Amino acid sequence: MRIFDPHVHMTSRTTDDYRRMYDAGVRALVEPAFWLGQPRTNPGSFHDYFDGLIGWERFRASRFGIRHHCAIALNPKEANDPRCAEVLRTLPRYLAKDGVVAVGEVGFDAMTADEEKAFAHQLSLAAEHGLPVLVHTPHRDKAAGTRRTLELVAASGIPPERVLVDHLNETTVDMVDDSGCTLGFSIYPDTKMEPERMVRILQRRGLDRVVVNSAADWGHSDPLATARTGEAMLRSGFTRDDVDRVLWRNPVEFFARSGRLLLQELAPYSGGAFAGNSILRAQHAEPDA
Amino acid sequence: MTGGTAARGPLDGLVERVRRDPGAIGALFPAVGRTVGRGPGPSGDPDGILGPTVQDEARAALVSALAAALGDGAPDRLAEEVEALYRFGDAEEKRAVLRSLPVLPDGDAASRLTAGLLADALRGNDPRLIAAALGTPAAAALDDHAWRHGVLKCLFSDVPLDAVHGLGDRADAELGRMAAGYAAEREAAGRSVPDDARRLLSLTHGETEA
Ligand SMILES: [Zn+2]
Repeated sequence: MRIFDPHVHMTSRTTDDYRRMYDAGVRALVEPAFWLGQPRTNPGSFHDYFDGLIGWERFRASRFGIRHHCAIALNPKEANDPRCAEVLRTLPRYLAKDGVVAVGEVGFDAMTADEEKAFAHQLSLAAEHGLPVLVHTPHRDKAAGTRRTLELVAASGIPPERVLVDHLNETTVDMVDDSGCTLGFSIYPDTKMEPERMVRILQRRGLDRVVVNSAADWGHSDPLATARTGEAMLRSGFTRDDVDRVLWRNPVEFFARSGRLLLQELAPYSGGAFAGNSILRAQHAEPDA
Repeated sequence: MTGGTAARGPLDGLVERVRRDPGAIGALFPAVGRTVGRGPGPSGDPDGILGPTVQDEARAALVSALAAALGDGAPDRLAEEVEALYRFGDAEEKRAVLRSLPVLPDGDAASRLTAGLLADALRGNDPRLIAAALGTPAAAALDDHAWRHGVLKCLFSDVPLDAVHGLGDRADAELGRMAAGYAAEREAAGRSVPDDARRLLSLTHGETEA
């Protein structure tokens, strides 16, 4: 089973996770920029985070044989803080970089006017930079938030196949399907989607335009949720080729629209240093003075 | 993009855009690998430690275009733009900025910028940045103490001394003393003394290089 996880926050995960993901078949992933749990208070905090996504985290993943790409954006939650919104001015510098394969996560959290403004602005940045868009749909009032999301996408003029609307469930799948956007499902314990429910959705509507991710982060989540979904598909009678389509070919097709995917094989577990910081040091933490 | 005939076509187009709209460099500079090309430059070194890569040379051309577009009257604005290219650059872009420093017109703003960026590059441990900081005539902006420490850092960071610009002219007795201390430490620990350390010793003792 080869797996492309189109949404996983590796910054919050350990080297053990990288090793287990590689062993389960994960060879490439996209880490979208999001909230860190602890609120940021200034644009510099975002810049350092973005630098980590294109620098240290990409290097760390490569040591485990995994191609790391990222999506860059001001997330909806922090779009509400005027101290943070200023980061919108520096986004174009990051959106021009190699390995940045989408604008994201953008979208709604509490459906405020500030969120809508940042969302619309970032849709126009995506159009300008020729990048696909990864849209987070809200936990609260999900159906309304998803409906408004689709209106903004339509108004942006971005072709729907370049927009991935994520964290879908049984109540939002049909409206996103009708829009022509790519459908994202986060297999996330307790709050989002489960492998068996995912299989039922695939049985009902087919495999076209569907991607599955773990959305693993600092919460109760599982970076192997993609593999678990592939196994559930096989148990339910889907073929290996069907699984490959959902877990590899569909996300590759979507992010290849950026023209910036890097999918050459990497040799895992090699040595080396990044900015003088060896991964072994990260694995065997030494007490700092 | 303008339709040049040679391989320089895409770069000429980018240079033209920066001349027309200097602010555009912020998004053109990072994308140079995709728009112009990648690979080792004349040094043959794909990591850009022994000399500029294809991207480094293209990015230096963009910095030149920026300087030309802003003209002599705006040295502060030029320094600000170049500093932002460095601040928001990944390691490859930072290396290119360091290698571009000699194209900046002389002046207070350029001197301040050069000193600041060289110090930043030498503070870290990324061999690409250490090599680029010491690898051009811009390293003249480092005072002797900082330059010597930079050279010594090469021995610790796998940066070959061939990457250091003007090493033979600037190596002095004090650098020789530091290199001798390094060699003595290695020997006391039962380790070998690298060829580059021996080279420093011979350079600073007025002997001919092997
Ligand atoms: Zn997320």
